[in-house]
Amino acid sequence: MLALRRPGEALLPVLFLLTGTVLFPLGVGPGAETLARIGSGVIWVLALFAVTVGTDRLWAADLEDGSLEQLELGILPLELVALVRCLVHWLVTGLPLVVISPLLALLMQQPPAALVALPAALLLGTPVLVMIGAIGAALLVGSRRSQALTALLVLPLQIPALIFGVGAVEATTVGVGGTVAYLILGALLLGSLALAPFAIAAALRLALE
Amino acid sequence: MHAYANPLRFQRIADAIRPWTTFLALALFPVGLVWALAIAPADYQQSDAYRIMYVHVPAAWMSMFTYLVVGSGSAVALIWRHPLAEIAARAAAPIGACFTAIALVTGSIWGKPMWGTWWVWDARLTSVLILFFLYLGYIALYDAFEDASRGARAASILALVGLVNIPIVKFSVDWWNTLHQPSSVLRMDGPAMAPSMLWPLLLMAVVFKLYMVSVLLVRIRTETAERRIAALRGAETA
Repeated sequence: MLALRRPGEALLPVLFLLTGTVLFPLGVGPGAETLARIGSGVIWVLALFAVTVGTDRLWAADLEDGSLEQLELGILPLELVALVRCLVHWLVTGLPLVVISPLLALLMQQPPAALVALPAALLLGTPVLVMIGAIGAALLVGSRRSQALTALLVLPLQIPALIFGVGAVEATTVGVGGTVAYLILGALLLGSLALAPFAIAAALRLALE
Repeated sequence: MHAYANPLRFQRIADAIRPWTTFLALALFPVGLVWALAIAPADYQQSDAYRIMYVHVPAAWMSMFTYLVVGSGSAVALIWRHPLAEIAARAAAPIGACFTAIALVTGSIWGKPMWGTWWVWDARLTSVLILFFLYLGYIALYDAFEDASRGARAASILALVGLVNIPIVKFSVDWWNTLHQPSSVLRMDGPAMAPSMLWPLLLMAVVFKLYMVSVLLVRIRTETAERRIAALRGAETA
């Protein structure tokens, strides 16, 4: 809700992903073969960064203006509040990445199959990235340092989503065994939706003391 | 369990155990090393190069075991506000990070002649690398707060989240078809290794564990003393 009042901020992850992707043909050369080979991986890694950078300050503003305290005092359990907050955050910052990804796949010379496979994988994967990023942001919300440390905490835990996300796209474009990677991505999604709110709420309670 | 929350009582028991574990670790280490490096037979495929296993495998086992110590200590600290469990978890983390680093480095040195490369991105190596980052993240988060007790609890939550990785490390070689060989000691159908090679390996594992316990007890002692000094300083200035 708050995020929608500042539409510019919500667009930042998309712009980050777009400009980041554009850099790669300029950096590694515009050869179609190279781009086709690395494209899905590049888009996934950049989406991961975009989500992580976007979630970094997820709780900070709420803590500073006291609304987090109000939410904790309210009737809803903090776990549920955390879950809903993350889902809204994903709708605002994650979903646009999914929507724009076919365009990026075209820019990166991806085969036609990837135009469907990539958004599908991102649709399952980006919420996982948001949930894990939200844990890191909640753990660090009252600390001295942030940014770099968040990366150290969050990126290792996001690696599985990245591996199976890229795996799903590549397996589909090659034409073998994509289903397994999608199923594992779905399992990661359900697992993180079920478990992450508890870790986030525990960390937020700690910050509120 | 709460009987051991008293640091003094814990310290008495720890002080009684520590000389023994230290002595045994120091005494058995040369025995294990000579047995592993000189007496155990050479491998028919890898000849003498396989002997790095006697450092690599125990270190890898300890890297997981120590994370379990960190994780369970964190759980106890979060659930029962057990101060000593928190100290134990914090004290174990750098030891575990070192074991993980040793496992990664020796594995890399072993991999160069056997696989022809220092590093491959297979599931076992990647998940152990994640384990290493988890240790570093835990340590960094612990020290990231002005208020030490808050840092301790934030790090405990992270340690619990990171526990997810341990079964992935353990079973990665079974779930995925990796270049890293599957487990040949802890198997349902018994170890697939000649006893002449297995015994020195188990001895080395015991030595590593004794070493870990000794260092952990020293570190817990130091950490407790440090906290007491900090508390005294705080009382003085207040």
